[in-house]
Amino acid sequence: MASLFSKIFRTGLVTEPFSPVDADVERVLEAISARTRNLLGRALAIREVDAGSCNGCEIEISGITGPTYDASQFGIHFVASPRHADMLLVTGPVTRNMELPLRKTYEATPDPKLVVAVGDCARTCGVFAGSYAIVGSVDTVIPVDVFVDGCPPTPTAILTGILAALDRR
Amino acid sequence: MTDYLLQLINVALVLAVSPALVGLIRWLKARMQNRRGAPIWQPYFELRKLFGKEVVVSDTASWVFRATPYIVFASTLAVALLVPLVRIPVPVALGSDLIVVVYLLLLGTFFLALAGLDTGSPFGGMGSSREMTVAALAEPTIALAIFSLAVGAGSTDLGRIVAETLNAPTTVAAPGHLLGFAALFIVMLAETGRLPVDNPSTHLELTMIHEAMILEYSGRYLALIEWASGMKLFIFLSLLANLYVPWGIATSNDPAGLAVGLLALLGKVVVLGCAIAALETRLAKLRLFRVPELLSVSFVLALLAVTSSFVVR
Amino acid sequence: MQDLLFATLAIYVLGMISAIVLRRAAGRAAVAVFAALGSSMGAAAGVSVLVSGREVPLAPALSALHPQVQLQADPLGAVFLVLIGLVAVPAALYGFGYSKSYEGRYSLAALGVVLNALLLFLTLTVTATSPILFLFAWEGMTLAGFAAVLTEHDRQPTIRAATWYVAISHVGFLALVVMFLVLSGGDLSASFADIRTNAESLSPVALGAAFLLALAGFGAKAGIVPLHVWLPMAHPVAPSHISALLSGVVVKVAIYGFMRISLDLAGAGPAWWGGVALGIGAVSAIGGVLYALMQQDLKRLLAFSTVENVGIMLIAAGAAIVFRSYGLDELAILSIVACLYHALAHGVFKALLFLGAGSVLHATGSRDMEMFGGLSKRMPWTSAFFLLGAVAAAALPPLSGFASEWMVFQALLGGARIADPEGGAVMSVAAGALALAGGLAAACFVRAFGITFLGLPRSEESEVAHESPRSMRAGMGLLALGCIALGLLPSVIVPLLARAATGVEGRGAAVPSMQLGLALATPSGLSSFSPFALATMLLVAAAAIGLSIRMLQGPFRTRLSVTWGCGRFGQTSRMQYTATAFAEPLRRVFASVYRPLEDVSVDYHPDSKYFVYRITYASDLRQSFAAYFYHPLLLAVRIVAMRVRRLQSGSVHAYLLYVSLTVLLVLLVARVWH
Repeated sequence: MASLFSKIFRTGLVTEPFSPVDADVERVLEAISARTRNLLGRALAIREVDAGSCNGCEIEISGITGPTYDASQFGIHFVASPRHADMLLVTGPVTRNMELPLRKTYEATPDPKLVVAVGDCARTCGVFAGSYAIVGSVDTVIPVDVFVDGCPPTPTAILTGILAALDRR
Repeated sequence: MTDYLLQLINVALVLAVSPALVGLIRWLKARMQNRRGAPIWQPYFELRKLFGKEVVVSDTASWVFRATPYIVFASTLAVALLVPLVRIPVPVALGSDLIVVVYLLLLGTFFLALAGLDTGSPFGGMGSSREMTVAALAEPTIALAIFSLAVGAGSTDLGRIVAETLNAPTTVAAPGHLLGFAALFIVMLAETGRLPVDNPSTHLELTMIHEAMILEYSGRYLALIEWASGMKLFIFLSLLANLYVPWGIATSNDPAGLAVGLLALLGKVVVLGCAIAALETRLAKLRLFRVPELLSVSFVLALLAVTSSFVVR
Repeated sequence: MQDLLFATLAIYVLGMISAIVLRRAAGRAAVAVFAALGSSMGAAAGVSVLVSGREVPLAPALSALHPQVQLQADPLGAVFLVLIGLVAVPAALYGFGYSKSYEGRYSLAALGVVLNALLLFLTLTVTATSPILFLFAWEGMTLAGFAAVLTEHDRQPTIRAATWYVAISHVGFLALVVMFLVLSGGDLSASFADIRTNAESLSPVALGAAFLLALAGFGAKAGIVPLHVWLPMAHPVAPSHISALLSGVVVKVAIYGFMRISLDLAGAGPAWWGGVALGIGAVSAIGGVLYALMQQDLKRLLAFSTVENVGIMLIAAGAAIVFRSYGLDELAILSIVACLYHALAHGVFKALLFLGAGSVLHATGSRDMEMFGGLSKRMPWTSAFFLLGAVAAAALPPLSGFASEWMVFQALLGGARIADPEGGAVMSVAAGALALAGGLAAACFVRAFGITFLGLPRSEESEVAHESPRSMRAGMGLLALGCIALGLLPSVIVPLLARAATGVEGRGAAVPSMQLGLALATPSGLSSFSPFALATMLLVAAAAIGLSIRMLQGPFRTRLSVTWGCGRFGQTSRMQYTATAFAEPLRRVFASVYRPLEDVSVDYHPDSKYFVYRITYASDLRQSFAAYFYHPLLLAVRIVAMRVRRLQSGSVHAYLLYVSLTVLLVLLVARVWH
């Protein structure tokens, strides 16, 4: 027990003290903070929906909750039920099996709600395009507020997308 | 009259401060994960947002589902009115009794469990079943801990128990007292859904207890339930603090004493909150079927507390 | 006033006659009216005795019949007269609507006779003043109950249940006869007053034996563990309004008998009496609720919960004996009051729950909880009443169950005042047991209400279930009001019960103050609580929250949607937690008590284990007491009987020898006796 806490103490805060290179990251985060304050009272609950992704995007998404990016400092957190959520973060091309669940998730989310589609597949279906198992891009199933490009997009890009979605409202 | 007004201020205090306690524990945990973490007032933002949102209700649900948030919130508020937080004694006509407090909190749990079953969702039923299992097993420990306190004070009146400990400061180091504190601390973790019994920040439905029952709630209903569970945590911690380490609590309506009482209460609750955060950093969640073992440990501790308070008496 | 009871008894007889004479609706109405009228007059007599606080000889017209037929209501008996009225009036009302479904299937005349006879004998039992009268009434009550259980006599479980019931009841009856013989020195027609004086001259051993016999005899009727096995079989198979009377009243009359003997007639007993009662009470409380948790038959669940509540009453009565033996009279009175209050509270809420279960049975034709679900939308009144009863049964504030359980807790906590550490330690363990039973009861009633009334219907019958007719709803409504009144007004009722307790306790000791305006305080200031303030707080807080949200945030924006299930395709009732699943965690935790038998069998494709055709899972609970106590007992009886059978040689000479030997033996005994 002592070793655990001494390690915590020795490691200290690892959330990035954003270097000049990442100045835009800090700007983005601060801007998100300001926008969420106006729109959703500085508290944004996200429900992640994997509509058929290869899980590359999920790795990056879990990055924004990690110590380095720590989205929670701006009041962004992930929730277990769409009933608790303000925003859906959808990844992947929509497969046939995930079409109905995606629609239901959208329907289950109380207003006001936002949808951010993360990754190239969500916009173009990527390498899966044309497959018999694919329904299409996310916006063929539910209305999308913002697409985040990249295969996979970086955490910074995802955060920028979240900001853009908040901006649209 | 002043007594009643001051007791009403209790309610305001619990309402106002409990989200900050939740925020504090979250912030501390974030820091111990070497994250920056959300500020401690983050829960207030979340509550405000939820109150403004639309409510989505399952079409399977009956009136029980809609009434439950109010019952849970109201019973927690009633508890806040009964317990001594900043000053003693509590006006006698209110009946500040420890057994009443425990069963009032159980009333909220009872309805929450019903609401879990109401939507017909498998997760809700799972949460209800588990929550009632934990609650049922925690109950005897609470009763025995109450008994060990009542042996000393000759009463289950909260104000009298506190006054008794203030009068006889050495009892704090008595074995019955320490064992009782340990037992109640474990039960507190179980009753308020903290690690290692339940993980308040889990996302995996199959591991949930408390969270599984409220998966269906949204908007203001969710806000009421989240707020009520924050208040429950605050009340449990302040009870632990005031029953076992009562110093600082005001014994009259003198403003300076009340100010000291308030600061002392907040200080003690913050210390206990830090303890929870440290524990939650250190501990993993127990498997559901290991939880009864933990609770039986607390039961044995409480039994020893009673026995030793008889022997030492 | 004195003739009120005579009128009560006469009205019951009229009820029986009208049941035989009148047919169909008129018959049902007459039975209900007479039963309700009679029991409410009995209750009125009880209330007047409690208010005046004096013993009142009743029905002098009857003693003109025979000088030994003396009926009398003292405050203790009066409490139970009131209880009979509290439960019987709504049950009779309910029975009017409920027994309609029996028309043409079973004899309504028999049902009407049985209902009124049961009430008649109950009234006689709590007003009898001599062992012979008491035993007569007691046996009448047993037989009336037997007939009631046998109403649906063409079903196998009914016959089995009635057999168990009548067998164990008569073992108990035997114990009671012996007990009265010991206490009265062999004269069963002595009055209770004579017995009281006679008991003072008895040796502690004889008194102890009488106490144990009373515990066994009354316990057999009350359903204490291990004599409870018949109760969960017999109570559910009776018509629901009769089940309400059996669980709500008959069981309480056994508690009355136990208190009458152990606290009154046998004098002040030693502490070990109380210890035995506490121990058996604690085992009954926990055992009852543990088995209640596992039942799928809703009425059987309620019957097991009766075993639990009898345990709680026995804990309180045992505490009273212990306190009295240590000279702590105030605490003894508190314990007796707690016991009586719990008798009233349990009588009312259990009757309500049985009537609610009866309405569900009436609507769906089933008692199996796995068939129910979603009934709250189809039976709104029944579900609201049942919920009230469930909250009271789970001992949650501010309803009746909490008020009484709070008093039991306070009495046990008073154990800290006992000088011996053991005495206090026993009390603290009993408090722990009581709390465990309370927590498990909360889980049990979440399950009972939640699985039955909430969620989606699990069967066609539940899908098309209908609300009960008005008379049935009225019966439940009255009992629901009773639950609320007993929950909110203990400060009014407790002083009346304290009269009964002082009557038992010291014959005229001062009534300790147990009220404080609208709050209820224990004597010698252990603690206080105010159910009235509590209920007000809850209502005001809920209203304030609702209003303030509306004012700050505007009106509700609510949208209906399907239940969230991770986006799965549809929702069916089979996706819900079942009654069995709900109790599964507790079944695992208490596996050493339940010793569940589980059987999983898998049918494979003959060529490959990976193609499974079917998996069947069966599980059952071993009835520990049946398996480890009754089966060996029955086996032993059978073996002995086989041996005895050899005596029956069929030869007349041998029989003549037996007869003459017996006569000789009797003469010898008579000779030695004198």
